[in-house]
Amino acid sequence: MTAALLFEQFLNGLQFGLMLFLMSAGLTLVFGVMGLINLAHGSLFMIGAFFCAAAAGLTGNFWLGLAAGMAAAAAAGALIEVTVMRRLYTRDHLDQVLATFALILILSEGTKILFGPFPLYLDVPPLLTGTVNLGLTPYPLYRLALIVAGLGVALGLWLLIGRTRLGIRIRAGENDREMIAALGVNIRALYTFVFALGAALAGLAGALVGAVQSVQVGMGEPVLILAFVVIVIGGIGSIRGAMVGALLVGVIDTMGRFLLPQVFALFLDPSKASGAGAALASMLVYLLMALILVIRPKGLFPVHA
Amino acid sequence: MPDNRREYALNAVLALGLLLVPLWAYWAGSPFTITVFTRIAIFALAAVGLNIALGLGGMVSFGHAVYFGVGGYVAGIAAQHAFNGETFLGIAGANQMLIIWPIAMIAAGLLAAVIGAFSLRTSGIFFIMITLAFAQMVYYFAISWPTYGGEDGLPIYVRNTFPGLNTMRPWNLFILCWCLLMLAIGAFALIRASRFGAALMAIRQNPDRVAAVGISPFGIKLAAFVISAMITGLAGALMADLSRFASPAAMAWTMSGELIVIIILGGTGRLFGPVAGAAVLVGFEVIFGGMTEHWRLWLGLVLLLTVLFARGGIVTLIAGRERLG
Repeated sequence: MTAALLFEQFLNGLQFGLMLFLMSAGLTLVFGVMGLINLAHGSLFMIGAFFCAAAAGLTGNFWLGLAAGMAAAAAAGALIEVTVMRRLYTRDHLDQVLATFALILILSEGTKILFGPFPLYLDVPPLLTGTVNLGLTPYPLYRLALIVAGLGVALGLWLLIGRTRLGIRIRAGENDREMIAALGVNIRALYTFVFALGAALAGLAGALVGAVQSVQVGMGEPVLILAFVVIVIGGIGSIRGAMVGALLVGVIDTMGRFLLPQVFALFLDPSKASGAGAALASMLVYLLMALILVIRPKGLFPVHA
Repeated sequence: MPDNRREYALNAVLALGLLLVPLWAYWAGSPFTITVFTRIAIFALAAVGLNIALGLGGMVSFGHAVYFGVGGYVAGIAAQHAFNGETFLGIAGANQMLIIWPIAMIAAGLLAAVIGAFSLRTSGIFFIMITLAFAQMVYYFAISWPTYGGEDGLPIYVRNTFPGLNTMRPWNLFILCWCLLMLAIGAFALIRASRFGAALMAIRQNPDRVAAVGISPFGIKLAAFVISAMITGLAGALMADLSRFASPAAMAWTMSGELIVIIILGGTGRLFGPVAGAAVLVGFEVIFGGMTEHWRLWLGLVLLLTVLFARGGIVTLIAGRERLG
């Protein structure tokens, strides 16, 4: 094991974490502002990936695909908000879980009907193929671009929420929805916008990840569940918490899968070591979540009561 | 206890219907029908377990499939070791259902005690996400642990045995499942009528007041959560024997969702709600699954419309709202 290999795995973890952040940001925003738990967020991730792969396949242009993926996810998000979610804001969490579980069934089967049962593949754009030398190790340019894109979106989101009038309204909506409605803000339109924004971020993550894995029905749910872990760790409703949680989960998961089998190999025979290492590595982020729950039951960055 | 004649009548119809249709299928020689009804009984049993946590205690566990799956693995691992003579941590295998059932329940209960001890520190939306995440953790452990089949699952070559019954015959296995389901429903009724059940339901409504009169909500909730998981674990052992396969898919997150769906479709907290819900879900799959491969789309639509516009489930629809006497 060399420092170069370790560094490469760390970057992979960083990239995975930033993609998780794109998913978690929308999820935590929707919960913070509307008080809604949305299981169908993973379906929006899938929609982004499918529309990106299909549009890129048709036009031969990755960037058009990326735009199509984000637009499709945002449109699907807005449509879902207007038709279904709006009726759920005042319901209890059980109703929200069930309705959004039903949406997963509908959206997954709908995607299967629309795009067929087989996985789609998305090529890395020519501009971003190849590797760059980062001193210690050559690293795929596309994955580096994912890191840059993730950081860029995080910065943009921070500016949007912290520095614009729209961001003030979103934060006000988190605190007191009646009051800002009374002050003349169109709260319905604001909710639709926040939901579509979260959906677009999920769609963007799906489209970006689509070039490094196969695009298939059901790809959203494993990411969704990890995003839940992220926002439980970070504190539900906190964007900053989502960022810290996503990076922790991404790096620990990736490094655990890489390092644990090697650690076990020090005192177990090789065949058992890889099995035990892999099994423990797959549980690592959940153990981290349990640990943080013991120390900070409301997450690392708890949002006001 | 609800004082409601229509609900008693509906319960009788559900209990007897679940018994008489397979009996008719037995005479008519349709083992497929018996197997479908065995699945209904097993899913209903799993949901009766969840109904204690969710219906009585208001704990929305989105990870109950994990206890269902663990019960299945107990049956599978015990049968495998009885078959090949090896041991599990020094414990010999078994192929007796009367031995496997208590072990499945204990294993599920112990796991629930650990998961519950962490999850019940939180409530609401946190609790939903955390139970889901822990269930996913065990699921990933099961598929990455190669000793017991990993992703492929664990086949049970010969169904485990019950004294005096040939469990390979569909009707015999069905009647075992039906009896266990009725016992579990009886246990649910006893719990609901007990002081423990009263405390549990009071905690669902207002934990602070319960704490103020000197009852610790945490202990009561944890006990209910463990009992709930034990019943679901028993159902998992039965399911593994029915399909002769202990599958990691039994603890996938979709299974947790389906267990909640069964309870909601039937009627949350109602005695026979799980039976009605399981009959609808399995019936939907058998009938529409034969017509179109996209039956899940229609299931999703029905479920969505039920949640948005028809709250209370089937039992409420037929027997009216629960009256507290």
